[in-house]
Amino acid sequence: MAKRDYSLTGPNASRAVETGLASAEWYHTDVSRKEMKALMKRSDGPAIRDTIIWLGATVLFAVAAIWLWPSLWSIPFFLAYGVLYGSAGDSRWHECGHGTAFKTRWMNDAVYQIASFTMMRNPVTWRWSHARHHTDTIIVGRDPEIVAMRPPDLLRLALNFFGILDVWHAVVDMVRNAAGVISAEEKTFVPEQEQPKAIRIARIWVAIYAATAAAAVYTGSILPFLIIGGPRLYGAWHHVMTGLLQHGGLAEDVTDHRLNSRTVYMNPVSRFIYWNMNYHVEHHMFPMVPYHTLPKLHEMIKHDLPAPNTSILDGYREMLPAFLRQLRYEDYFIKRELPPTAKPYRAEFHDVAPQAAE
Amino acid sequence: MSEWVDACAVDDVEEEDLIRFDYDGKTFAIYRSPDDDFFATDGICTHEHAFLADGLVMDYIIECPKHNGRFDYRTGEAKGAPVCVDLKTYPVKVEDGRVFIDVA
Repeated sequence: MAKRDYSLTGPNASRAVETGLASAEWYHTDVSRKEMKALMKRSDGPAIRDTIIWLGATVLFAVAAIWLWPSLWSIPFFLAYGVLYGSAGDSRWHECGHGTAFKTRWMNDAVYQIASFTMMRNPVTWRWSHARHHTDTIIVGRDPEIVAMRPPDLLRLALNFFGILDVWHAVVDMVRNAAGVISAEEKTFVPEQEQPKAIRIARIWVAIYAATAAAAVYTGSILPFLIIGGPRLYGAWHHVMTGLLQHGGLAEDVTDHRLNSRTVYMNPVSRFIYWNMNYHVEHHMFPMVPYHTLPKLHEMIKHDLPAPNTSILDGYREMLPAFLRQLRYEDYFIKRELPPTAKPYRAEFHDVAPQAAE
Repeated sequence: MSEWVDACAVDDVEEEDLIRFDYDGKTFAIYRSPDDDFFATDGICTHEHAFLADGLVMDYIIECPKHNGRFDYRTGEAKGAPVCVDLKTYPVKVEDGRVFIDVA
């Protein structure tokens, strides 16, 4: 059994190019041009409303937490603030990175910069890595955003519910970029003319965190870090919980998002925090569709998709046993069943790697 | 040397939209602007292989369906990441309800 090498500069990277898995044509459910145009249509209204709620609630919770600090009564406010900072920031980073959340470009860009900062993701580097994730979704050696590699590192995944390893890597990357160094892996997906921008933003962020550290030392309190940076740790759990479900335990090296992505029905609060990315098959198949019309797209194409998981819990009941099985047999994955109304998977495109499924 | 090719009827393209046009092994995109003017560019994104005809026209911008790369379809100018290379544009003329592009 061959061990997987997820490196973007290793043998699987060249193998993906040679076998045609890289930059391949992917399956799309048929949607008429007229219907797709209506779905893709941009508007500012929903995202302005949601951003006012998001940032307004963030500020309110922060003010309340600071007001009550250091009393224990501040804890629930910090926890709520943390989720809005370190989890809702993830979906805002994502949607505004696609440029679909708002119709007005500067609004997308402004929220993208704010969310990139809260999530500690360099807005230049990560824009390019996410483009690659959409080109080569869960293609081994090509996709830089595979979260649950096989065999899954369960300790790493657990630690990231509190952002521990993510933040460590983010700080290392930020300091390295601020020192003017772009890594070999980053160079595989960030064009040369974009690299100075990544360095410039990293230097600005280092200055902000240095000011936060200075404030903490000056006041003799950790409060500045509970407001800036810290929520990326204690508020990360929701975006990790929802994010793992996107592709966890599903197929690798296939060119059909129905096989490697998961749509999960979620409660309204999680959907607000997650900005409807629970419709993840739909998002990958049609990334031009804004988050606020994904439910409509889901209704239109669900006849052609595997049945969605009915809840976050249902998703974990499917995914966790697959992770455990992959610890012993890393070729294992969940092959999702299609309804009778769906067009079949094209197996000839999906037999490149040795795989096993149930 | 010009090589004018009959690409489509005027009515084949809705206002603020585009269609794909294949000719001689090459793919083009024919646009109809909100001002009812017609334009033509290469039909495949300069970033990665994606047909622009599946994308979204907003005013004078075509947005690629794959990574949301944006171009001004009047000039072909790439408007920022993830597209860095301009689109090639082609002269267009409208005669007797038909749209012609110069593919030379």
